[in-house]
Amino acid sequence: MCLAIPGKIVEIAPESSNLATVEVVGVRRKVDLGLLQDDMPETGDWVLIHVGFAMSKISEQDAIDQMQTLRMLGEAEQAIQEVRGYGLDEE
Amino acid sequence: MKFVDEFRDSAVISKIAEGIRRLAGSNRPYRFMEVCGGHTHAIYRFGLKDILPENIELIHGPGCPVCVLPMGRIDDGLSMARDTNVIFTAFGDMMRVPGTQGSPLEHKARGMDVRIVYSPSDALKLAKANPDRHVMFFAIGFETTAPSTALTLMRAKAEGVRNFSVFCNHVTIIPAIRAILDSPDMRLDAFVGPGHVSTVIGCRPYEWIAKDEHKPIVISGFEPLDILQSILMILRQMNAGEHKVENQYKRVVPWDGNRAALRAMAEVFQLRPYFEWRGLGFISQSALSIRDGYAEWDTERRFSVPGVRVTDPKAAQCGEVLKGVLKPVQCKLFGKECTPEHPVGALMVSSEGSCAAYYNYEHRKAMVHILRQPA
Repeated sequence: MCLAIPGKIVEIAPESSNLATVEVVGVRRKVDLGLLQDDMPETGDWVLIHVGFAMSKISEQDAIDQMQTLRMLGEAEQAIQEVRGYGLDEE
Repeated sequence: MKFVDEFRDSAVISKIAEGIRRLAGSNRPYRFMEVCGGHTHAIYRFGLKDILPENIELIHGPGCPVCVLPMGRIDDGLSMARDTNVIFTAFGDMMRVPGTQGSPLEHKARGMDVRIVYSPSDALKLAKANPDRHVMFFAIGFETTAPSTALTLMRAKAEGVRNFSVFCNHVTIIPAIRAILDSPDMRLDAFVGPGHVSTVIGCRPYEWIAKDEHKPIVISGFEPLDILQSILMILRQMNAGEHKVENQYKRVVPWDGNRAALRAMAEVFQLRPYFEWRGLGFISQSALSIRDGYAEWDTERRFSVPGVRVTDPKAAQCGEVLKGVLKPVQCKLFGKECTPEHPVGALMVSSEGSCAAYYNYEHRKAMVHILRQPA
């Protein structure tokens, strides 16, 4: 339930600074940056994502470790499925 | 084979495990509670119990939001789905959770408009795309998830999206820990503190556990190494006669939490006087409701929600398991009437519930072992 998914910010939306495109193992989706407004990430930064919202900035190494943890927990597929589901793009 | 053999840092893990064995000695039993369901899942998945010495017992805490949600709330939420104008949305975790009239998925099979969303903001998006329907989001989760719901409600209000509401079931972790510590049959030595909840609330809200209850608490990450290191840190404190809040998960958890997230929660939510937890009963000020300023987006105020109360089956001993008085396998229903496929009690409902985790790893492991025995 408290799945935290590591993603890299590849673009901050020009129309709204609260939206960013993140990449999680090749999947690109938009996430909300509103919870990081005190310490806004920039393009190239890594974040932990939970239910479509970036909740904290992390280092690249921590992102790699976190993905590895999800794999070991058997939750990597679920995480990628969640990211794919963001934005209702599959509907 | 232990899962630990597969870890990239297995040498470090062996070293920490050795440190734990040395510090724990063999003179006394230790009972530590891992509060978070994610930790419970990780402990079983990684076989960490096999690494720990026998005198360290891990008690699985209440930090699984799906597990602690009372069945009546599911019935309440689903009663809304019967209105053909309503689109019922919830996270995938909720879809198989049984209400007395069936799960959300079963309601969908009966023709009701029940949809999975992966983010509350997608429920809002759905409302904007369907202006003639009402989109209700069934919100669950601890402080990890509540800020995202809060921000979504702030956006709905700012954008004037009126065909959207939240059925709020968000709960808070601290009162649940307090309820467990207050229960008379409880004996715990220390806590492995939740990781992702703490990214939001920080480490300060746990200080009373150290100061008033004189118990160590170490906020922990989710890797096997993190969890073992946290146990080592607890033992170090205990051996030194200390009790303080320590943060093992510094790479993600700031001591003061995430202020922007806390501000969003404070803007939208207030504490309910009391809320029912499956397995634990009513706990005062343990859940969130939506403030007056957002009443228009509050499912409970906008619609008449029946307020169903369902008593858990008496034979299911979820409360005792949750408090560590019984192990999952000691419950009369475990693995018989109550399985992950057909959960009777709360802790079998989600993969993060202690009974489901125990069933999926330990119980199956034991069964395989039995099956492999020569006849």
